Amino acid sequence: MIQHLIVLPVVLPLVAGILTLRRRQGGTRSKRLIGVGATALLVMIGIALLAQAAGGEVSYYALGGWQPPFGIVLVLDRLSALMVLVTAVLALGAVVFACGGDDEKGSNFHGLFQLQLMGINGAFLTGDLFNLFVFFEVLLLASYALLMHGGGKARIQAGVHYVVLNLAGSSLFLIAVGVLYGATGTLNMADMAVRISELPAERAGLVTAGALMLLVVFGLKAAILPLYFWLPRAYAAAPAPVAALFAIMTKVGIYAILRVYSLLFGEQAGPLAGLEQSWVWWLSLATLVAAAMGILAARDLRLMVAYLVLFSVGTLLAGIGIGSVEATSALLYYLIHTTLVTGGLFLLAELIGVQRGKAGTRLVKGRPLKQGGWLAGLFFLGAIAVAGMPPLSGAIGKAFLLIAAEGTQRLWLWPILLGGGLCMMIALSRAGSTLFWRSHGEAAGETLPRRQWFGVVWLLGASPLLVVLAGPISDYTHATAVQLANPQSMIHALLDGESR
Amino acid sequence: MEGLYAITTGVLTACGLYLTLRGRTFPVVVGLTLLSYAVNLFLFSMGGLTTDGAAIVDGPASYADPLPQALVLTAIVIGFAMTAFVVILAMRARSEAGNDHVDGREEERQ
Repeated sequence: MIQHLIVLPVVLPLVAGILTLRRRQGGTRSKRLIGVGATALLVMIGIALLAQAAGGEVSYYALGGWQPPFGIVLVLDRLSALMVLVTAVLALGAVVFACGGDDEKGSNFHGLFQLQLMGINGAFLTGDLFNLFVFFEVLLLASYALLMHGGGKARIQAGVHYVVLNLAGSSLFLIAVGVLYGATGTLNMADMAVRISELPAERAGLVTAGALMLLVVFGLKAAILPLYFWLPRAYAAAPAPVAALFAIMTKVGIYAILRVYSLLFGEQAGPLAGLEQSWVWWLSLATLVAAAMGILAARDLRLMVAYLVLFSVGTLLAGIGIGSVEATSALLYYLIHTTLVTGGLFLLAELIGVQRGKAGTRLVKGRPLKQGGWLAGLFFLGAIAVAGMPPLSGAIGKAFLLIAAEGTQRLWLWPILLGGGLCMMIALSRAGSTLFWRSHGEAAGETLPRRQWFGVVWLLGASPLLVVLAGPISDYTHATAVQLANPQSMIHALLDGESR
Repeated sequence: MEGLYAITTGVLTACGLYLTLRGRTFPVVVGLTLLSYAVNLFLFSMGGLTTDGAAIVDGPASYADPLPQALVLTAIVIGFAMTAFVVILAMRARSEAGNDHVDGREEERQ
C-alpha cells in the first residue's frame, strides 16, 4: 500500500469521478458523498505524502514497473507533496461550498471536479515532460466544462476565449516538447537535465528555443502580462466553487516554471543555466503593475478578486525572477497563502452577491445584507490577508520576498510590491464600504446554508493558521527551495536509484 | 524530402495561425484544426525522417524512432476530442449570443 501512495492522488479522483457517472440524473446525495469523501481522503493522502517527502528523500513511482528514463514516472519531492496538499485543502473548501446548492445548477459537477483534481495532481507529480502535457490537457478539459457549469451568456463567451487560447497554447506546448525531444532525445525531465548538461554546442540554440516556447505556454497558464487577458473575465464569470478551485490553476503554471527551469536549467546546464530568469523578472514587474491598475479599476467584486489572483501571480513570478534560495522559499510560503485566501474570497464574493439580490457583486448601492455582520467580518479578514497587512499571512510572505530581493532588484520590487499593496487596500476598503454600508431598503432573502459558510471559513481561516505555524512552514519551504536548487538529488534518485 | 516536409508543416502552421486570428468562430475552429495537423507533422519529424525503417531500436541498421509515433498518436486523440468539443461550444455560443462572432457581438461598421 505505502509504495503505491504516490499514484493515489491521480487514481483516487479518477475512480471517484467515474463513480459519480453511475447515475446521470438525480442521486445528488450519493454524488455529494463521493465528491466530499474523495476530497477529504485526498487531504489525508496529501498529509501522508508531505510526511514522506519532508525528510528530503526523492522517491518515484514507475508506472507498470518500467524504469526511468524509459518508463513514465511520478516523482515525489518536497515541492510536489506541498502542491498536492495545498490543492486538496483548497478543493475540500470548494467542494463543501458547492454542496450548498451550486452543484445542482448543471449536470455532473462532482465528476468534473474530481477529474480536474486528477489533472492538477498529475501535473504536480509527473516527472515526464510529455506527461505534463497530457495532465495539462486533462485538467483543462475538465476546467472548460466546469467554467461553463450552469450556462449563461457571460460564461459561454468567456469560455470561448478560454478554450481557444488554451488550445493554441497546447499546440505550442507540443511544438516545444517536440523541439526539446529532437535536441536531447528524451522526455524524462531528469534524463533531459543530464543530456542538456552534456549538450553539444550546435544544439544549444534549439534547446533555448524550446525552453523559451515552454515559458510562453506556462506563462499562458500562469497568466503573465501579455498573456493574462483571458483570466479576469473567465474567473469573474465562473461559478464560485469553480473559481475557487481555479485559484490553483495559475499556480500550476508557476509550479511548471519552477520545476522545469530549476531541473533542466539549473547550475549544471552550463551556458544555458537560468535562461528564463531575466524574462520572468521583468514580466513579473509588468504583471504587478497591470494587476494593481486592474484592482483599482474593477467595478465588480468578483472581477476585483480575479485581479487579486493576477497580482499574486506577479508576486510569485518576482520570486522566481530573483531566483535565490531565500526568494524561492518566500514564494512558496506566499503561494500557500495566496491560493487559499483568494479561493476563499471567490466563495465569499458569491455569498455577498446572493444576499444583495439584484445588485449582486457589482460595487453599487444595493439592499443591506441579511447576515451582513458575519460577512463583513470575513471580508475584513480576507482583505487584510490578501493585501498583505500584518498580522495575517500575506504580510509574512511579502516580507520574506522583500528581504530576499538584492541590490538593484530592491529598487524595483519594493516600490512596486508595496505600492500595489496600497492600491489593494484602497480598492478593498472602497469595495467593503460600498457593499456593507451604502445600502437602502430592507434586507431580504434567505439565510445562507451552513455548508457555504464552512467553505469560506475553511479557506480564509488558513491565513491565521499560516501565521501561527509560520515557523515550521517556512522551515519546510526553505528545505524545499534548497532541494530545488540542487537538481542533482533528483537526477541521482531517478537515474541511479533502486525502484520503489 | 526534408525540404518538402518542412514547407508543408510551415504552410499548414501559417494557414492555421491566420484562420485562428479571424473574428468568426468557424474559421477559428478550422484554424485550430490546421494548427494541430501541423503540430502532429512536426512532432512526427522530431525523431528524424527515415524511410523504409522498422520502428525497432537495436534492430536493423536503419530504424525509425518509435517514440514520436506514440506521441503523435496521443496528440491526435487529444486534438480530435478537443475539436469536437470546440465545435459544440461554438454552436452553443452562436445560439446564446445570436451571432457567430468570437466576442459575442458584431463589431461596429464605420
